[in-house]
Amino acid sequence: MSSTTAIKLDQFSAAWRNIRTIFQRELQSYFNSAIAYVVIVVFLAIVGWFHTSNLFLANMATLRLMFEMVPAIFLFVIPAITMRLLSEEKKSGTIELLTTKPLHDVEIVLGKFLAAWALIGIALLLTLVYYVTIAMLGKIDNGPVIGGYCGLMLMAGVYVAIGLFASSLTENQVIAFIIGFVMVFALFMLDKVLIYIPESLASIVEFLGIDYHFANITRGVIDSRDVIYFLSLLGFMLYLTVLSLGRRKW
Amino acid sequence: MAITVRNLTKFYGHEKAVSDISFDVKTGEILGFLGPNGAGKTTTMKIITCYMPPSSGTVEVDGCSVADRSLEVRRKIGYLPEMNPLYLDMNVIEYLEYAARLHGLDAARTKQQLTQMIEVCGLKDVRHKDIGEMSKGFRQRVGLAQAMIHDPEVLILDEPTSGLDPNQIVEIRNLIKQLGRAKTVVLSTHILSEVQATCDRVIIINDGTIVADGTPSELQQKFHGSESVNLELKAAVSNAMTDIFPKIRALPGVESVEYGSVDGEIHRFSVFSARGVDIREALFKLAVSEKWVLLEMSQKATSLEEVFHKLTQA
Repeated sequence: MSSTTAIKLDQFSAAWRNIRTIFQRELQSYFNSAIAYVVIVVFLAIVGWFHTSNLFLANMATLRLMFEMVPAIFLFVIPAITMRLLSEEKKSGTIELLTTKPLHDVEIVLGKFLAAWALIGIALLLTLVYYVTIAMLGKIDNGPVIGGYCGLMLMAGVYVAIGLFASSLTENQVIAFIIGFVMVFALFMLDKVLIYIPESLASIVEFLGIDYHFANITRGVIDSRDVIYFLSLLGFMLYLTVLSLGRRKW
Repeated sequence: MAITVRNLTKFYGHEKAVSDISFDVKTGEILGFLGPNGAGKTTTMKIITCYMPPSSGTVEVDGCSVADRSLEVRRKIGYLPEMNPLYLDMNVIEYLEYAARLHGLDAARTKQQLTQMIEVCGLKDVRHKDIGEMSKGFRQRVGLAQAMIHDPEVLILDEPTSGLDPNQIVEIRNLIKQLGRAKTVVLSTHILSEVQATCDRVIIINDGTIVADGTPSELQQKFHGSESVNLELKAAVSNAMTDIFPKIRALPGVESVEYGSVDGEIHRFSVFSARGVDIREALFKLAVSEKWVLLEMSQKATSLEEVFHKLTQA
């Protein structure tokens, strides 16, 4: 009994090691190739612009404007950072190197997923600057802020998983971007087209839409149903990515 | 560390790329995989390295099947894929470290292997250079270093010298020979001299099936039909076709004679004899008795090239 547990633990630590190796390589590659800096600068500039230009009009110490803005920016920023993750390896043939190393496909997928997610995390972390400035201007309600950041990270996770899946489908980065963008855009729009949908289906469509769950969380109420929605969608997309990467074996 | 391939078949859709091939590679052997493009060499290698599974048949590396002990197989193998794909944005050290870590080497061992590979593959001067900025010859060395970073017992090299200039080819070939001494090596190529220069054994594959298997010299012997001797004589005869030709043709063992060319009194012939029959002595004696002056006589061996052409041309 104890020896099987030891083997399990061993496998787990080997898997973790592999994921970390891929993760480090991908994250470093973002910073080596300047993609990271471009993403962070563009992200902060857009968020900063919309945030500050409306802040004094609203005259409220809140980050609500930012939390409304960022999901729209995610729509094109995230497919842009995920598009190359697998398609480039396919195009250059390095996928063959990677998949003939002693590691599971799921470790490759997780390592790459975490790297892109972490990059978004870093960009979001830097937006805390805006939080600090507002907190100095007035009394800020921390509940919605914490909820907002959690919601953004969960949403980013889903988008990254979708983008990674799109990247696994093709060796062309532009096509990967377009597929990724269309998918996240559709998910984003679902709860905004409810008026065109028969009433009987409306609640289902609303539940599937990502913005509906995001809105719930930003209110500062972290409901398990919303968290489960994000995590299951994220897991499902990663699962599809692993399947898609395994297509060479079909 | 032996490789056993049994009844291997691979379909791409409805197209059969490899058709029921079986062979063994013994421990320590350097096996050359020879065949025209599209013969199934790369497909076979991709299956051995666990990149994709066979449609049917089995492959075992050191007793581990690629089907259910894939991770173990991959741990034992160093692989240089066709076209030598590399991460062009990494430098040599970063790349080799990455490969070492993916093979599960710990920090101390990574460092030790890294130093050794950089030394052996002659990468010392370029170790901080981005791979994207390096010449093809150096990239090939990096590819080889990557394949051997974990000191595998089996090396699978898919066209390791393609696209290199003649000097680089010799370099890489020597490197493979040197490094392959203690390893089981399978390398594919369509350059025949490469096989003769590096391999202990050759498998010629065409249209997905094995058409020949043996040492280079065995294949030469097995597949050449006849021996030929090139002959150049000086003889003062009026008509070579009547005065020389029949006399050579009449020698025992001669199967046919081809008249090459004439240049004044100098006549050139190609004389073919049955396999294993050496007619040079008889030719010499004939020339002496007829008072022809023998200017040149040389025996032509069938090259592997001819064997290859014979076997792979429908």
